[in-house]
Amino acid sequence: MFKVFWSVLHRDLLLAMRRRTDVLTTLFFFLIVVSLFPLGVGTETAVLRTLGPGVVWVAALLASMLALERLFAADFEDGTLEQLLLTDQPLVLLVLAKITAHWLLTGLPLVLMAPLVGMQYHLTDPAIGIMMAALLLGTPVLSLIGAIGAALTLGLRGGGILLSLLILPLYIPVLVYGAGAVELAAVELTATRPYLMLLAAFLLSSLILAPLASAAALRISIE
Amino acid sequence: MSSAWSKFASPSTFYPLAGRMIPVFWVLAAGSLLVGLYWGFFETPDQLGGSNAQKGYYRIIFLHVGAAWMSMWLYAVMVGWAAIGLVFNTRLSFMMANAIAPTGAIFTFLALWSGSFWGRPSWGTYWDWDPRLTSELILFFLYIGYIALHSAIDDARRADRAAALLAIVGLVMVPVIFWSINCPDPNQCAALHQRSGLGKVDGNILFAMLTTTLGFWMYSFATTLMRVRTIILTREAQTTWAAETIQAEARA
Repeated sequence: MFKVFWSVLHRDLLLAMRRRTDVLTTLFFFLIVVSLFPLGVGTETAVLRTLGPGVVWVAALLASMLALERLFAADFEDGTLEQLLLTDQPLVLLVLAKITAHWLLTGLPLVLMAPLVGMQYHLTDPAIGIMMAALLLGTPVLSLIGAIGAALTLGLRGGGILLSLLILPLYIPVLVYGAGAVELAAVELTATRPYLMLLAAFLLSSLILAPLASAAALRISIE
Repeated sequence: MSSAWSKFASPSTFYPLAGRMIPVFWVLAAGSLLVGLYWGFFETPDQLGGSNAQKGYYRIIFLHVGAAWMSMWLYAVMVGWAAIGLVFNTRLSFMMANAIAPTGAIFTFLALWSGSFWGRPSWGTYWDWDPRLTSELILFFLYIGYIALHSAIDDARRADRAAALLAIVGLVMVPVIFWSINCPDPNQCAALHQRSGLGKVDGNILFAMLTTTLGFWMYSFATTLMRVRTIILTREAQTTWAAETIQAEARA
């Protein structure tokens, strides 16, 4: 069973590495959005420190969502997805592998880029640490929940805009606690523990439920 | 399921039944709304509270509370029909879910609108990031998402099932979203912001509020049934009974 998981994961990563621009575009989108805010709201340190956590998280939501369209679309167009559905392997596992690949390509790089963005917004070192931890726990949730939307909007015209309408409201809990943790980290580091625990709880529950829902959504979209 | 229920699960038998029920619900809706509004305007105190008195403008609650309750209730009903549709594979259930969505969205909008008009005189602002307001706004987005997804898919079967799944996912997420908005700081969740109980409300106000809510509920029945009849005819347009019904109604 793990062999199936690995082979799908490996395949998706390999495909993405052959078309690196797709992956890089998402990351640069994140960087550009984050860099534009100081130009819009002014570059005072106090303002940036207040806005920073929220801006980083909203940019992360948008970047992760933009990449979602590609999660199933290419496989859907060339028929690979249909073949995956026809195999006797559990679809939930295949979907989970695809989501994992998506997170490794869009979520994890955001976590690694967080210190850079933190410096742009003059965040303190502990705050940057908490931001990385929160992103590490929160971005997989984004990929997991987003996969449901990606599966539902598979092959629809204007799917990208529709996807944002369906998925962004569901991202709110992650946004609230993710940004809240970073904001609080500047004031009192120990108080951020409950935030991270909640994010971890979201991660665990969505890890169980979201692949099931995505698999059901894929079955609905392709029949 | 008993045979009487499954009989009306067929669109062709439900269509005339819905047609007979619609006038009843319209009468009930108009009746309770009239009674509720009359009671609300003429039998309730003109001023509420002590130091920070609520003047006549508090009367918007007769519309506001009912609309807010209905907006939440209709989402639950919509998800219920969607789930029944997914489980039993009945077309009519999906049509019901589909017919409820616009009414629910309208009530959500009405609750937001009336709330902000109450907020202006009493809070001094049209909008505040109060947890209840924010949750209602999110609910509005969920309704819009459901309607948008359904109308974006041309194939009726896929549209029904995809939107149904989305609605169920939405219902699972609603409590999480609600609590995250209600309590953005998990260190201080004990001090939740508002507590209200119906027991503390003045009897006349409560009566008017509940009566208008009942009116809204009956209105939801009436509009949903009207909409479901249209959906049935659109979907079944190629069948003989639908063509005959359309001809008969055109003649009448």
